[in-house]
Amino acid sequence: MKKFKVELFRKMCKSCQLCMFICPKEVFGVNERGQVVVLNDEPCIGCLQCYNICPDFALEVTKNGD
Amino acid sequence: MAIESYLWQGSHAVAQGALKAGVNYFAGYPITPSTEVAEFMAYALPSRDGIFIQMEDEIASIASLIGASLAGAKAITATSGPGFSLMQEGLGYAIMAEVPLVIVDVMRGGPSTGLPTKPTQADVMQAKWGTHGDHPIIALCPASVKESYYLMVKAVNLSERFRTPVIFLTDETIAHMRERVQIDVDEKLYIEPRIEPKDPRNYKTFQPDERLVPHQAKFGTGFRTVVTALYHDESGFQNTSAEVAERFNKRLVDKVEKYIDEFYETEEYNLENSELVFVSYGASHRTVLQVLNDSKNPKWGFLRLVTIWPFHDKLVKEKLKKAKVIVVPELNMGQMVKEIQRLFGDTKKIVSVNRWDGELITPDQLRKVAEQA
Amino acid sequence: MREQILKYFKQDKLPHVFCPGCGNGEVMHAMAQAIDELGWDPTQILIVGGIGCSSRIATYTIFDSLHTLHGRPVAFAVGAKLANPNLKVIIVSGDGDASSIGGNHLIHAARRNMDLTLFIVNNYTYGMTGGQYSPTTPLGSFTTTSPCGHVEEPFSITDLLVGAGAPFVARTGTLYFNELVKLMKLALAKNGFAAIDIFTQCPTNYGRNNRLGKPIDLIKTQASILVPKEKYDLLEPGDRVGKFARGVIQDVEKPTFLDHYRACILSTRKAVHHE
Repeated sequence: MKKFKVELFRKMCKSCQLCMFICPKEVFGVNERGQVVVLNDEPCIGCLQCYNICPDFALEVTKNGD
Repeated sequence: MAIESYLWQGSHAVAQGALKAGVNYFAGYPITPSTEVAEFMAYALPSRDGIFIQMEDEIASIASLIGASLAGAKAITATSGPGFSLMQEGLGYAIMAEVPLVIVDVMRGGPSTGLPTKPTQADVMQAKWGTHGDHPIIALCPASVKESYYLMVKAVNLSERFRTPVIFLTDETIAHMRERVQIDVDEKLYIEPRIEPKDPRNYKTFQPDERLVPHQAKFGTGFRTVVTALYHDESGFQNTSAEVAERFNKRLVDKVEKYIDEFYETEEYNLENSELVFVSYGASHRTVLQVLNDSKNPKWGFLRLVTIWPFHDKLVKEKLKKAKVIVVPELNMGQMVKEIQRLFGDTKKIVSVNRWDGELITPDQLRKVAEQA
Repeated sequence: MREQILKYFKQDKLPHVFCPGCGNGEVMHAMAQAIDELGWDPTQILIVGGIGCSSRIATYTIFDSLHTLHGRPVAFAVGAKLANPNLKVIIVSGDGDASSIGGNHLIHAARRNMDLTLFIVNNYTYGMTGGQYSPTTPLGSFTTTSPCGHVEEPFSITDLLVGAGAPFVARTGTLYFNELVKLMKLALAKNGFAAIDIFTQCPTNYGRNNRLGKPIDLIKTQASILVPKEKYDLLEPGDRVGKFARGVIQDVEKPTFLDHYRACILSTRKAVHHE
């Protein structure tokens, strides 16, 4: 059961890939245009490392159901 | 209350004038021959709940003046040539960010370390052009100890009226001399109020009023003041587009220069009948006074510039229209005379009398030149 | 969470101009979170920046902002604080801005114990002007003004500040967001001069010049460079080369400039109006 929801705000994201590399659960990936995307937030454990390291206010991690 | 007699030093008159105008912040660095201003302020400000601080250098001094002024203080500093040179970048910032403050420059021998304890009037052009870019500047010059007091009040007032730094251009002679001054220290003088904006909702830090002056809210009043010296639009946020740069720089200059008649000040004597007019300012004016006193020539007169910058072409031209010979004594190699030459070209005889060795032009020297002119 | 943080910034000016992967955005985020957790009144905050990428953080905030001259934010801040001691003054400055051209102001504000909070955003380079070396550039690094490898040893800014008398000195890096917020809260709440040396990444200039152009590679170097203070203190001098202590370096109590000045006002006799 998905515990957390990860939202990426496209207009703010600069695809620096910091979130992708810091995430321990492979939530993020890169699409064919080179943009960082949320591939699958099912395994997300809510560690907030992506949210903390993002320089662009482009992520929001919330408890599923919030 | 009552007129009293004091024996004041020029520097102390400057400090007294600043206090009279409501100055409550002084940051400076010791430099001959301006140190007496700082020492007086160090003595007087604490008990008046003002702040005196000797900063680590002149650059820090002018920087802290700007911060203090934007936070609501009335701020001045005092320095001389080398320190004034260090302050140029900060001065440019204050002009660009439209910050009221006064820099007292007690001119001494230059260039560089020069003659620390001797007077010149060689910073005149620097006061106008020392900081880079096209910018307006107001510079005032006293010729006596008593005038140092009243003119300093005017300097502080003008900095508030126009939201721009004012240079108080005095020299080692006027600053170090002592004269008997008869004034009432408690008399009410006009003190220019700082206009505070009323409504935070439509507030823009650099929104000019109908006189081209923005009314910035001081820090800490909930107005979201944004100040930068990058080109900016009315909100204060940086904007380096051509349109903004063109419009903004023009307003900055017009803000002061279009209103010159409001504050331009000269002193004149016998211009109606004079064929020869001395155009003088500061210490060299004292020599002019002595020459006129001794010779009593009915065809000699003077036009003393109290406002050094901006230079009022129209008014000076008008006042000197009857003169055939203009004699400009200066303690430099000829700086203000260039403005006179620019104005009149070959249409009048212009004689420059110069001394740059740290000594005053003697009455004899000046009289001889005037007689031969 | 994000909404609450964004309230501290001019949202019509975002996304900010900083490069992809630059640590400035994270510093902004941490600062907003620290202020939010402290519950401060935003109208009493003054944020002061110098010149440089990180100094531009100031005008993105909704606080009273003062974007000053290169190297001088500390001096401007001193004036503002003394004129209105009720202001909470935060300075955001880069490593070059704070310790090179601004070094003198840094030392004296620390010595005087001015009640200011200084965040030094230290990316070991002059990023905005293209990546020249700064006083914190590591020996041997490649920058546009050290194309053969830098020939100078860097400062430890915290050592400088401790030596100058600052009561609160700390260091961390953008790899350690939670510690950054914690230290910022301590620094902000400190009565007196409080500074944090924040190691951060400039992938575009420093990174690329040193084959660490991928933001994650550059930020990960902090794990080996920044050693927790307790561990750092136990290292032999030889093992300390290229490493810096992380955490609270110093936290002492001492009277501020205004404490001394006010005592002076109380004890001084009334100034005479004239000689």
